[in-house]
Amino acid sequence: MIGRLTLTPSQTVGPFLHIALEWADGPYVVPDGTPGAVRISGTVYDGGGQAVPDALIETWQADPDGHFAHPDDPRDRPLARPAPRSTTLAAPPRDRPLARPAPQTTPAAPPRAEGVADSSVAAFRGFGRCPTDSDGRFWLLTVKPGALPGADGATQAPHLDVTVLGRGMLDRVVTRLYFPDDTAAHTADALLSRVPQERRHTLIAEPDGDGLRFDIRLQGEGETVFLDL
Amino acid sequence: MTRPANDLVLPYYPPVTGVHPPLNSPGYRSTALRHPVEPLVLLPQHLTEVTGPLLGAGRVGELDHDLTRQHVGEPQGQRIIVHGRVLEDNGRPVRHTLVEIWQANAAGRYRHVADNWPAPLDPNFTGVGRCITDSNGRYRFLTVRPGAYPWRNHDNAWRPAHIHFSLFGRAFTQRLVTQMYFPDDPLFFQDPIFNSVPDERARRRMIASYDHDTTTPEWALGFAFDIVLRGPEASVFEDEEDDE
Repeated sequence: MIGRLTLTPSQTVGPFLHIALEWADGPYVVPDGTPGAVRISGTVYDGGGQAVPDALIETWQADPDGHFAHPDDPRDRPLARPAPRSTTLAAPPRDRPLARPAPQTTPAAPPRAEGVADSSVAAFRGFGRCPTDSDGRFWLLTVKPGALPGADGATQAPHLDVTVLGRGMLDRVVTRLYFPDDTAAHTADALLSRVPQERRHTLIAEPDGDGLRFDIRLQGEGETVFLDL
Repeated sequence: MTRPANDLVLPYYPPVTGVHPPLNSPGYRSTALRHPVEPLVLLPQHLTEVTGPLLGAGRVGELDHDLTRQHVGEPQGQRIIVHGRVLEDNGRPVRHTLVEIWQANAAGRYRHVADNWPAPLDPNFTGVGRCITDSNGRYRFLTVRPGAYPWRNHDNAWRPAHIHFSLFGRAFTQRLVTQMYFPDDPLFFQDPIFNSVPDERARRRMIASYDHDTTTPEWALGFAFDIVLRGPEASVFEDEEDDE
């Protein structure tokens, strides 16, 4: 392999991230009113137990069928057919043909449908983004993803990948959110199996009223398990 | 090389070492309580990690790339063109990917409720831009040069002028938020955020270069800033696909 370019280093988002990274539709992984939608909320705490009011949470996940609308998901899909290149406005990188219908990016298309056209959930985006408020709180509206194939024939329990950015954080940290009531799937999950038993609970959201709660502790007592990606 | 898992062939993004700043950087005091102290747990890359949001053109408005035309009048300050390419470290352009920027105005103040140091706001400047890279990974913004501003990290602390950049690439592994600095800034020596990057070559990667070819006569100064994201290992499989 020939030499690689030096990467651009990470820097903090700083305290003023909201002016650019707060989107009105950011927390909506799925639109309001989506059947089966669940609200996930939580608070980000620092090592002194104080709420962090200038963090940003981002999530990425499969849809309920365990699919990603992405050219690097190589699995066949029931609706798959090559998209005519000429109608693909957002052409995939690397000139790979899309194994899915072209996104309907007409001006009338709701912005939440971007990048995703073939999910069984209408306007499923897969991506969620929410800055913390003055009390360190964030929220998302999403649907539970399906289980995914893992390495060596194993199955990964339903999960969201989570990025945490913030003032005072020179790089992102990464964690995962798992869903309660998947006890058997959690036991078989390759990542959870690597996590010491007494810390696993930090990756599993808790029932909270009609929704779920997922607090993130950056440091100290009950520190969230962060991942080396 | 790719790593087969079951019968899936997925890209593999090699680990990054020595480029990103340590989360515990005592010179930047706010890192003290905001870095994990427990060891990180290895997350094997699989479907969720090698895919990511492909946020499209519906996200970007007509004037989002031109921060000087988002209000009734023009903002104060030196007009600049900031342009470059988003690349993977294997040299491939990252096409059609969302680039988000935000910055202080020419006086060094952000349009944010929490920024209240005594420098004027500019009614004609929001300081937020978005665009999508083209098929060669190129992006381009028109804006004004941001001012330096003081903060309370240490005695007489000033942030060098900078523009924040947020990038998605095409996979969760590639997510990057960084800052672009200007060449020869005299404030670098005392800035713990810039200097948190241990490797000098990597630090230089964050500094735009003055680009006279882009400078437009009687209009605006040009700066070039390429952004390099962690890329996947190449594979014979991929190369074959690219030849189709």
